[in-house]
Amino acid sequence: MAEQLYWEDVQEGTEVTPLSKIATTEMLVRWATAGLDFNPLHYEDANAKSQGQAGVIVHGQLKRAWLVQLMTDWIGEQGALKRLSCSFRGTDTPRGMAMIGIPKEGETWWCKGSVNKKYTEGTDHLVECEIWVENGQGTKTTPGSAVAILPSKG
Amino acid sequence: MSSSLSEAEKTRLLEDLREKVDKAEKSVVIEIDKSMVRRFAQAIEDPNPLWQDEEYAKRTGSGGILVPPEFFCTSMMSGGGCRPEVPLPYDRILDGGGDWEFLLPVEAGDTITSSSKLVELREKQGKSGKMLFLTFETLHKNQRNELVAKSRGVTINLE
Repeated sequence: MAEQLYWEDVQEGTEVTPLSKIATTEMLVRWATAGLDFNPLHYEDANAKSQGQAGVIVHGQLKRAWLVQLMTDWIGEQGALKRLSCSFRGTDTPRGMAMIGIPKEGETWWCKGSVNKKYTEGTDHLVECEIWVENGQGTKTTPGSAVAILPSKG
Repeated sequence: MSSSLSEAEKTRLLEDLREKVDKAEKSVVIEIDKSMVRRFAQAIEDPNPLWQDEEYAKRTGSGGILVPPEFFCTSMMSGGGCRPEVPLPYDRILDGGGDWEFLLPVEAGDTITSSSKLVELREKQGKSGKMLFLTFETLHKNQRNELVAKSRGVTINLE
C-alpha cells in the first residue's frame, strides 16, 4: 500500500492518484456472481441488442465500485470514505477474452479525481472530490463526487 | 423482451406505481462471510489486503477482514434483490446512479439487514417517450441495530 495521505498533504486541485481498470467479459461475469446481479444485459449480446445496445455493457455498479476503490486506495487505511455518488452518462463495452484469463487487446479505463474542497467539521478533517471514470477515448462516462475523512498531523 | 403493453395497461400500471410511493418496502438479511468478501474483492481486482488478509486486517483493530464500502453498491446489498417489487409500465430499465453514505466500518461475520423503500417517483417526457425516475432508499443495519450505511439509488424506466 502507498504511504498514508494526510489532510495537510492535499490542497484544492490536488489530483486523486489515478487507478486503471480493464473491463472484460470475465470481470463482468465475476461481478455478476459476487454481487448477485443477473441482468442478462451484462452477459448476453442478444439480450443487450434487444435493449438497444450494440452488445453487452459494463455494469454501472461495477464502475461505481471502481470509483470507491479509487478513493479507498488514495485515502489509505487511516482515511474513511463517508459518501460517494455517481451517475451513468455513457455506456462502456467490455473487452472480450482471447483465452482463459487473457483479455483481448483494447480499451483501458481510468478512474480519476481531484480535490474540490478541503474543510473541517467538528474534529473531522474532510475533503470533497470530483471523481469520474473515463474510457479509452478520454470521455467521462461515469462522473461523480466523494467525501472522505483524512487523518490530520494535528 | 416482452412485447410492449397496451396504452390502457401502461396507464393502469403507472397509477399502481404512483400508489406505491412511500409504501412499497422490503427487508433482506445477509450474513456477510469472508469468502463472500474475498470473492467480491477479487472480482473487481481490488488487491487491498484489508479486504482479503485476516491477520493484516486485525492489526487495524478489526476483528477480521473488513468489508469494502463498495460491497454496499452491489445488487445483493442495495439493488434489485433488496428492493420491493413495483409495477413498471415500460420495457426498458436503466440504472440511474445514486448516492451512498458509509457510516460505520463493517467486518466479515456481521449480519446486515437492508431495508429498502420506494421514496420518490418523478415523471418526465423524454425525446423518445415517457421516462420514470424511481428513487429507492436503503438503510443497512448491523446485528447491533447500528446504521452502517445508507443509500439512495435511482432506477429509470423508459417507454
